[in-house]
Amino acid sequence: MSHTDIERPDSQHDEVSASEALLVEPSRLSPTRRALSTVLRSRELSIFLVLVAVVVLATTKNNGFLFSNDGWRNFLLNPSILLLLAVGQAVVIITRNVDLSVGSVMALTAYLTGRLFIEMPDIPIVAVLAACLLLGAALGLVNGVLVAYGGVPALVITLGTLYIYRGIMLTWAGSDRINAGDLPREFLQLGTRSVLGIPLLTVLALVVLAIVGYYLYTARGGRELYAIGSDPDAAVLYGLPVRRRLLAAFVLSGALAGLAGALYTARYGTVSSSVGLGIELQAVAAAVIGGVAIFGGSGTVWGAAIGAFLLVTINRALPSLGIEDFWQRAVVGALILGAIVLDRVLATRQARKLAESRDHS
Amino acid sequence: MSASNATASVLELRDVSKSFGPVVALRSGSLRVEAGSIHALIGENGAGKSTLVKVVAGVHRRDSGTFELGGEPVDFSSTAESKKSGVAVIYQEPTLFPDLSVTENIFMGRQVLARGRRIDRAAMYAEAERLFDRLGVRIDPRRPAEGLSIADQQIIEIAKAISLDARLLVMDEPTAALSGVEVDRLFAVARSLRDEGRALVFISHRFDEVFDLADTVTVMRDGSYIDTKKIADTTPSELVSLMVGREVDELFPKVAAEIGEPVLQVRGLNRAGVFHDIDLEVRAGEIVGLAGLVGAGRSEVARAVFGVDSYDSGSVSVSGKPVKGNDPRSAIRAGMAFIPEDRRKQGLVIDSSVTRNVAGVIRRSIAKAGLLTTSMENRAAGPWAGRLEVKTSALDMNAATMSGGNQQKVVIAKWLATDPTLLIIDEPTRGIDVGTKAEVHRLLSELAGQGLAILMISSELPEVLGMADRVVVLCEGRVTAELDRADATPEAVMHAATHHLEDVR
Repeated sequence: MSHTDIERPDSQHDEVSASEALLVEPSRLSPTRRALSTVLRSRELSIFLVLVAVVVLATTKNNGFLFSNDGWRNFLLNPSILLLLAVGQAVVIITRNVDLSVGSVMALTAYLTGRLFIEMPDIPIVAVLAACLLLGAALGLVNGVLVAYGGVPALVITLGTLYIYRGIMLTWAGSDRINAGDLPREFLQLGTRSVLGIPLLTVLALVVLAIVGYYLYTARGGRELYAIGSDPDAAVLYGLPVRRRLLAAFVLSGALAGLAGALYTARYGTVSSSVGLGIELQAVAAAVIGGVAIFGGSGTVWGAAIGAFLLVTINRALPSLGIEDFWQRAVVGALILGAIVLDRVLATRQARKLAESRDHS
Repeated sequence: MSASNATASVLELRDVSKSFGPVVALRSGSLRVEAGSIHALIGENGAGKSTLVKVVAGVHRRDSGTFELGGEPVDFSSTAESKKSGVAVIYQEPTLFPDLSVTENIFMGRQVLARGRRIDRAAMYAEAERLFDRLGVRIDPRRPAEGLSIADQQIIEIAKAISLDARLLVMDEPTAALSGVEVDRLFAVARSLRDEGRALVFISHRFDEVFDLADTVTVMRDGSYIDTKKIADTTPSELVSLMVGREVDELFPKVAAEIGEPVLQVRGLNRAGVFHDIDLEVRAGEIVGLAGLVGAGRSEVARAVFGVDSYDSGSVSVSGKPVKGNDPRSAIRAGMAFIPEDRRKQGLVIDSSVTRNVAGVIRRSIAKAGLLTTSMENRAAGPWAGRLEVKTSALDMNAATMSGGNQQKVVIAKWLATDPTLLIIDEPTRGIDVGTKAEVHRLLSELAGQGLAILMISSELPEVLGMADRVVVLCEGRVTAELDRADATPEAVMHAATHHLEDVR
């Protein structure tokens, strides 16, 4: 931040240096400039620029990466399901927890979708989506109750339910598979239709993202999630409804995973027992890359969404850039490590700056 | 007694008690606070003041006794309920959310809402700036709480409490971390709140502040109510005698020990912003008490001497040999042992057996070919635990399930096994029941009798006066007095602990 960015309506503060004015004393930046600097400093922007760079690089190698019907569609459609999971995951991580069961929840509701259409061919699509949301929410509630009331770390609880939910799905499905032929055409069209050139699934995911993002920023409940993740003990002393908020976060994550399961079936038409294997780690990775601090308290779902786009797009871009399979995974790993290292560096720098500004005042 | 009183009492507690497992934190607490008054609550550390405050705040639930707010009996089971009833509490340690902005910290849970239940950030920032103006501080309402000094954090806590518009404001040692100007501002705000007809409870160790601000004072000792006085009708020395209330010699079995050669010598120890020009000497067989208020820098000095924290300049030597700074291993090799204040976190492997804990520090010397067996550990640990009379049915009992007194003994046993020449012990009896305290004291006294040099840090004045051969008093990071056992009276130590170097000389 340079000196010139500061407006000085009254001259008596002229001797105040720029860094002090920024950090300790009330800021005298104009609202537009403050908003601009917030955006410029945000993690979301830097990760978005990385995404743009990847897309530009891949498109210069192969024009069809973005500028073909298929390329454009894949660019928007492929990340949609991961995006839903990453949004739910981000909300849970903000509260200093983690939900590893989302892949198994998604597999359960994906199979439920197929089963419902086979048993009741005339069932309305909305009813199926609602059933998946409900099942997901119920499974999330189980996680939430165990974490909020059991006092056991979420990592352990959801690692357990990851295996339990997957086990239920395997027992239920047996060697059964859902094929496209079992599903009504209208439902499959949900996975392929577009509105104004944007796939319906992507629109759905973006609507969910917008609602959750808006809630986290402007609702008391949303802010309390940040507070809980920032310092759980202080949250109790503040009299915040900690347990209720934790339950809500896990229910949301479960419900979104449930929805993702239904959309998975619509998109791919087949459901096997391996649906969503390992996708929970991708969801965590998307959130972390997008700037959601793994110890809670900071980050946004917007960042997690961009992180999901980046992960999926990189996986699609690297082969077309002629990079071997092993290196593709290594790049994802490097991204995660890079995000965390960047987090630490920025946090230390910020802490030092804040401490220094205190010494001057 | 309550019905006949002319003025309305905002808060009334009678015979409130609270225990945590075997430890009785509050035996019989009573407090009656009237509207439009500032009521000081004083007592030694461990007298039960903070527990009383936490009962009022709804953090702890009382075991017995009556608790009335504005004449209505209440029973809080959470801080949310007490807030709703108009009770604001500023705790000793600030509790802020580091990731969130200062403004969000003030309004968390009760943000200003605009239409559609949206948070009205602009209104919150404006309100926060108004609060800071009233407090006379300049803090950017948009900056994160992370990196604020303790004093600034305390200011945020105060702003939070004021914005609650509470009828009862409880401040648990709010001035411990504040500078003179900040204290004056806080007092001005407190007086204006009193004049608005609110009730304030003010806990402090500084008598000058109590006499400056409060109109009534209640004294507590050993978890019980002692007396309530009008400030105009009492004197500091009367309050001290009420606080201490017993002959110190009775409780502290001090064994006369032969004082030998100097063991610990600290010369001109400095650390910018923490402590300055610290000179210390502890001789063999001597117990030196390090006294001072919370935040005076006592623990910081001890940590620097032992090498846990670094220091900028100065020297530390044990038995004439210099000890490298910022290196606890070389301090241990030189013969130092350090028992920190928070033994659960730093002094004890809490989920391990007694044996494991005692044998832990000396595992190198008892291991054969790098291997340790349980029987080897038992053989090494047994004599120590026996000598200290740790009352555990078996050595493999888990340290977490023991009482505070026995835990402390295990920690002491653990360090004695390293055969030290100097023992630094920080708050040896914190969180220990009154009965067990005497045992820890007897043990320390015996150890000194055997020629061990002991540097004891304590916030409990009677403990310092009863145990120490010499008392060194710190105030704001400087040594303000060094008193022999004969000269060390409560008044002398308190005086030195509350006055700066300039005033003493």
